[in-house]
Amino acid sequence: MSRPRSQAEYLARLVPPSVAGLNRRSLLAGAAGAGALLGTGLLAGCGSDSGSGGDAKAVSLGSNQSDPKPKDVIAKVMDGFKTSSGVTVNINTVDHNTFQENINNYLQGKPDDVFTWFAGYRMRFFAAKGLAGDLSDVWGKLSGYSDAFKKASTGDDGKQYFVPASYYPWAVFYRKSVWQQHGYQVPKTLDELNSLGAQMKKDGLTPIAFADKDGWPAMGTFDILNLRINGYQFHVDLMAGKEAWTSDKVKKVFDTWAGLLPIHQPDALGRTWQEAAQSLQQKKSGMYLLGLFVAQQFNNDEQDDLDFFTFPEVDSTIGSKALDAPIDGYMMARKPKSEANAKKLLEYLGSKDAANITVKNDPSTLVANTSADTSGYTALQKKAAELVGSATEIAQFLDRDTRPDFASTVMIPALQQFIKNPKDVSGLLTSIENQKKSIFTS
Amino acid sequence: MSDLPLIQADRAVPPPAPTTVTGGRGRRLRLLSRTDRVVITLMVLVPLLLVVGLVWLPAAATVLLSGTNWDGIGPLGEIDWVGLKNYDDVVNIYPPFVPAVQHNLLWLAALFVVATPFGMFLAVLLDKELRGSRFYQTALYLPVVLSLALIGFIWQLIYSRDQGLLNALLGANTDWYGDPHVNIWAVLFAAGWRHVGYIMLLYLAGLKGVDPSLREAAAVDGSSETSTFFRVVFPVMRPINIIVLVVTVIESLRAFDLVWVVNKGRNGLELLSALVTQNVVGEASRIGFGSALATIMLVVSLAFITLYLFTVMREDRR
Repeated sequence: MSRPRSQAEYLARLVPPSVAGLNRRSLLAGAAGAGALLGTGLLAGCGSDSGSGGDAKAVSLGSNQSDPKPKDVIAKVMDGFKTSSGVTVNINTVDHNTFQENINNYLQGKPDDVFTWFAGYRMRFFAAKGLAGDLSDVWGKLSGYSDAFKKASTGDDGKQYFVPASYYPWAVFYRKSVWQQHGYQVPKTLDELNSLGAQMKKDGLTPIAFADKDGWPAMGTFDILNLRINGYQFHVDLMAGKEAWTSDKVKKVFDTWAGLLPIHQPDALGRTWQEAAQSLQQKKSGMYLLGLFVAQQFNNDEQDDLDFFTFPEVDSTIGSKALDAPIDGYMMARKPKSEANAKKLLEYLGSKDAANITVKNDPSTLVANTSADTSGYTALQKKAAELVGSATEIAQFLDRDTRPDFASTVMIPALQQFIKNPKDVSGLLTSIENQKKSIFTS
Repeated sequence: MSDLPLIQADRAVPPPAPTTVTGGRGRRLRLLSRTDRVVITLMVLVPLLLVVGLVWLPAAATVLLSGTNWDGIGPLGEIDWVGLKNYDDVVNIYPPFVPAVQHNLLWLAALFVVATPFGMFLAVLLDKELRGSRFYQTALYLPVVLSLALIGFIWQLIYSRDQGLLNALLGANTDWYGDPHVNIWAVLFAAGWRHVGYIMLLYLAGLKGVDPSLREAAAVDGSSETSTFFRVVFPVMRPINIIVLVVTVIESLRAFDLVWVVNKGRNGLELLSALVTQNVVGEASRIGFGSALATIMLVVSLAFITLYLFTVMREDRR
């Protein structure tokens, strides 16, 4: 057979005889038709999904509790609601970080009737933007909450938008066995903390475990120092953008922190909090300022060896009674598919029955409802509850107390910059203040 | 006759009638029937709509949004126009911006000066048909198959300060990911490790396509291996060289996943793409500010794309 003379001829020879009779155009028309069918099929698929929410006996819950243990607790609480009310809860669990990062789109789209969230600025922000439902009448039926919790659930307009479920304090954790072995005493003042740190160094320990690779753990250190040095009200005003970051008060916080950095674990910016917690667990570090969740990095038989104290006093006129204790809880979507069921669920979630189920199943958190039966608490939980109960003021945490854009795009790089170079505090504070002005006025 | 098996298989198809090949002007007009015109219009319109809808409109929207302070919440009607304030903020009061630009340039330089030539060098070596060359090819290409996110995880195990392999072997205390003077090089090494394999494979494919008679002719003329490569093989491979260059530029502009996995593009690992993501995606929702950063990145990319298109088109005209 001869070589083809042109490209067209070559291509024409490639068509098998069985297809050669088929018209090219009818083939295209067929493909277009198939495409159209596929398209309508997909659209129909999307449409049928949204109709299921109108069921009178169901309510949906968007949950960020994606870790196995808390997820299990949520499921048990929802089972409790079903037996008490007969309404089924459809739980949509989303990975914790993903849930938080997508919250804007989630709330503006078709959110679940009830969703998990935190108390603090971000809760008030969504309430003010009209993205959350008013829960004042639910609060009328709730009992067992202290005024501090009610205040933490109230939006800028004086109405309640949040039902608290659980909380955990930030404190300085240590291993009892290590402290007994070396005869350490709990420090009550900054000077005592410094001399304890010096002693631990002599004993071959890293005094304070420290990690800030993820950017947020160092916020806990900033919060507690600011609360100890300048008090709660200044902290709140600073977070709200009302106070200047360039003020001497803020400068003193960073100067004090710089003085403490030598007794902190070095190279914190490459370490995750889990790694820092493990250095405490492996008895390489003496203490660690973190939330109660540090206990997750300890084995079950080591839980009793874990103890904590609240961060020592810096200024005797301020004292050491304020602390960070972030509150987790629930909010309602602005237009729930079934408002009656959503409110019924929220009322149950705020009741002592729901709290009792949590106490029985989750040792790493404290329940917000004071009328719950807390006899099932571990020693550590009991002590933590006492600590928060005796606190005069409770802050949420830097990234929950201020605008999220300010916290994540300004404060995280700024605190990391400080840890890198603790010497240029005034330059850093000027940079924070400039960015704060731009963000808070926009 | 053994050179064209494909055509032999089609013996049953009669050669096309000469009339269709030699059809005149009128014949071609008749070919464009109404259906044909509809089909052609659709074929042009659908991709055009896709490109406009998925590329140009979002790009234009980004440029527009960069002049606003939108926080991603509420109707579009409530957006306030702030002019060039975002650009002013980016350049003057946003500390991560300057390091990000520097790191992007460093990324480009490192891939261009070290990783790409090294990948080409490996390709030349492997082209020599060493023993076990398939094994080396596979080993070098393996990182390309892995996703960058997975690579980030693998290197995390190696670089971790307290629990990592590298510090355990060296007995050192280097904070590979945390020290801002070190981490960019650590990450560049990981990125280069992957890039080398990619370039190696591209270039090896090109080398296999070079006509061996060229080398033989050069050898007969008494040219050394080195000068054969630089004076004969390298110029012949011009198309591949351009592809390699473009791949290198694209890889360094879109560098993102690795630093994001390591520390979300902070503390010494700032990159423009990571800053855009930090500001736009997530809770921060500084859509306007992030769009300004994205627009700057778009302008930088356009500069490279223009340069590339200019070179290619000049090539075509010759």
